[in-house]
Amino acid sequence: MATEILMPALSPTMEEGTLAKWLVKEGDEVSSGDILAEIETDKATMEFEAVDEGTIGKILIEEGTEGVKVNTAIAVLLEEGESADDIDTAKSAPSEDKNDEAKPAQAKSSNEGRETPAEGKKQPEPDTSPDWPEGTPMKQQTVREALRDAMAEEMRRDEDVFLMGEEVAEYQGAYKISQGLLDEFGAKRVIDTPITEHGFAGVGVGAAFGGLRPIVEFMTFNFAMQAMDQIINSAAKTLYMSGGQMGAPMVFRGPNGAAARVAAQHSQDYAAWFMQIPGLKVAMPYSASDYKGLMKTAIRDPNPVIFLENEILYGRSFDVPDVEDYTVPFGKARIWREGNDVTIVSFGIGMTYALEAAEKLAEEGIEAEVIDLRTLRPMDTDSVLKSVMKTNRCVTVEEGWPQGSVGGYISSVIMQEAFDYLDAPVINCTGKDVPMPYAANLEKHALVTTDEVIEAVKQVTYR
Amino acid sequence: MAAKKSSKKSNVSAEELTSYYRDMLLIRRFEEKAGQLYGMGLIGGFCHLYIGQEAVVVGLEAAAEEGDKRITSYRDHGHMLACGMDPNGVMAELTGREGGYSKGKGGSMHMFSKEKHFYGGHGIVAAQVPLGAGLAFADKYKDNGRVTFTYFGDGAANQGQVYETFNMAALWKLPVVFVIENNQYAMGTSQQRSTSSAEIWERGKAFGIPGEAVDGMDVLAVKEAGQKAVAHARKDGPYILEIKTYRYRGHSMSDPAKYRTREEVQKMRDERDPIEAVRTLLLEGNHASEDDLKAIDKEIKKIVNESADFAKESPEPHLDELWTDIYATEVPQEA
Repeated sequence: MATEILMPALSPTMEEGTLAKWLVKEGDEVSSGDILAEIETDKATMEFEAVDEGTIGKILIEEGTEGVKVNTAIAVLLEEGESADDIDTAKSAPSEDKNDEAKPAQAKSSNEGRETPAEGKKQPEPDTSPDWPEGTPMKQQTVREALRDAMAEEMRRDEDVFLMGEEVAEYQGAYKISQGLLDEFGAKRVIDTPITEHGFAGVGVGAAFGGLRPIVEFMTFNFAMQAMDQIINSAAKTLYMSGGQMGAPMVFRGPNGAAARVAAQHSQDYAAWFMQIPGLKVAMPYSASDYKGLMKTAIRDPNPVIFLENEILYGRSFDVPDVEDYTVPFGKARIWREGNDVTIVSFGIGMTYALEAAEKLAEEGIEAEVIDLRTLRPMDTDSVLKSVMKTNRCVTVEEGWPQGSVGGYISSVIMQEAFDYLDAPVINCTGKDVPMPYAANLEKHALVTTDEVIEAVKQVTYR
Repeated sequence: MAAKKSSKKSNVSAEELTSYYRDMLLIRRFEEKAGQLYGMGLIGGFCHLYIGQEAVVVGLEAAAEEGDKRITSYRDHGHMLACGMDPNGVMAELTGREGGYSKGKGGSMHMFSKEKHFYGGHGIVAAQVPLGAGLAFADKYKDNGRVTFTYFGDGAANQGQVYETFNMAALWKLPVVFVIENNQYAMGTSQQRSTSSAEIWERGKAFGIPGEAVDGMDVLAVKEAGQKAVAHARKDGPYILEIKTYRYRGHSMSDPAKYRTREEVQKMRDERDPIEAVRTLLLEGNHASEDDLKAIDKEIKKIVNESADFAKESPEPHLDELWTDIYATEVPQEA
């Protein structure tokens, strides 16, 4: 049967073009790959190749014709044994059904689609169960010890869990987080890498594709910038791109944010960056018990988890439940202090300012409710909303920059879900909008301060 | 150094040659059909065709064993067909339909098959190189004797992460074969204009990784080099194959390919075509008649036409698919 040669689309956006030049004439024999014509689009002149073999029976569109719509028949190709007389029986006008085919957007969809919930606002229902039952034995531990114990416990539980990163093995960790792990688990499972973040992050993701449960340590998250493509394009998106066939169950961890006097390139808080990515989970704990419980949850989670630690917190001691297998679920905030006058929301080291401010405010008779988000994705906005519905005021606290901040997102959620409950605009206390300076006095001012949190609370409570 | 030619053509059986002919022809015809569907607007976005490079994947798949893994870039249709993935599922992914390998959510550049140990399909140039080493890392960790074929192009060979990976692969003796598919053009930039070394595989020497250049238009040469590389990788760690090949079509469908002459392409097609070469071996060795080959052509045409029909008829994904596969609820088991 004679087949029509259709005007091709030669780019994702082409709708029509100029048939600049025919390189074949009627009667010519062509085989696949032969160049038939030159077609001009607004961007380029493209050569148009034959797909099938046969003889050019008739040219339907003369060369030099402008504005030829994609999928218009431009020539007729005859197969072996056919002659030009057969052409009349072939459709020579642009065929309707082919034009229809060319619009995949109109192809049958197997449903009408997901309903967007537009009904009245649902009341927030946070999980308020305690992290441990009353009477649980506790011990004092530093964040550093809690992290090491969490990794060691999970490595004992699952032999596919391994730790890789710079100086994690023989040096015992640049910040001594992996102290003792090489001795217990050996060089096969505690692996020193070269200084090659982009590369070893990718190797870690590939190992996760291959069925292992990697923990990839970045000496600090500042260096993870080198590995950003592997974290986001490879780790976070593969489950979706593969239609659920494979993903990257793994943890990227390391200290994040400002330490002390290490200046601009070593003092950035990446919470807001990672929080934006669908496919990632993001934890940023404050207390040792949360470091322990969330790290164990992160290692078991079947998704890539960004675990943002803090160098200054590593040495701080907290109560940690002295039980065999302590875990903390993702997406469950912790209320550190109850109060009726204002809600202070923070996470990670921001909690130190939030709690200190709350104590000082209490001395002045202002009772703040202090919420530690613990994980930023998923984020327990229900706990925040429920609290704001009680206090009618909110201040957020973080060390990161103001534009595109975590606090900015929380403010928008409160505005959309609890606007009528607000008695004052939400204030975001953040790090200053500058690269981190080195000088001691400047650095102190570049970070968020307890005084600023106190001042913000006074503003929203009109004191 | 000249690319290595195959040594023992006379020993190759009719059956083997026929299977190469069939596998390469399937890729060629499939890609031509994909180009046609693209022209009709049924395939959107970026679409990078493999036409001209067929001998690379077909030769290397002949050297692979069950359970070995493969990972590549966005010019991936040939790899998928060569490792046995279903043409219907691949074509339906190209048209963005529910019957596609990624349920229509990945497209031409992002396809995977756990069953066939095909780990993508990656859209960022060279990102698949550390990923491939990571797969090999997992195999070594599990001590399962498997090898990963990690494909990348001459363009990707200039990305830093390739050398970060070479270093780790050599250091840890990972069972990986790095396959540089050198088709001579990184999009529109020729190797001469972009790459300091004429022989890219020789860069492996700096890391102690052995390798060789191979004539990528000769499927038998590719297979032979592949067997050697795989044997080395299973026992002693990484190996590099720089396979000198050529793509007949533009970088993607929207590439006018003005950076090379029509004569250059035509000369390659006329004199070096990998499928024609096997066809000649089959006919001249009296392994097959013209009629036998015509029957194969017909069979392939049928498979390809069926894949196109399937890809048109398969419905677009359910809108609920927008919201699935963002987070896993349980760990997928390694196949």
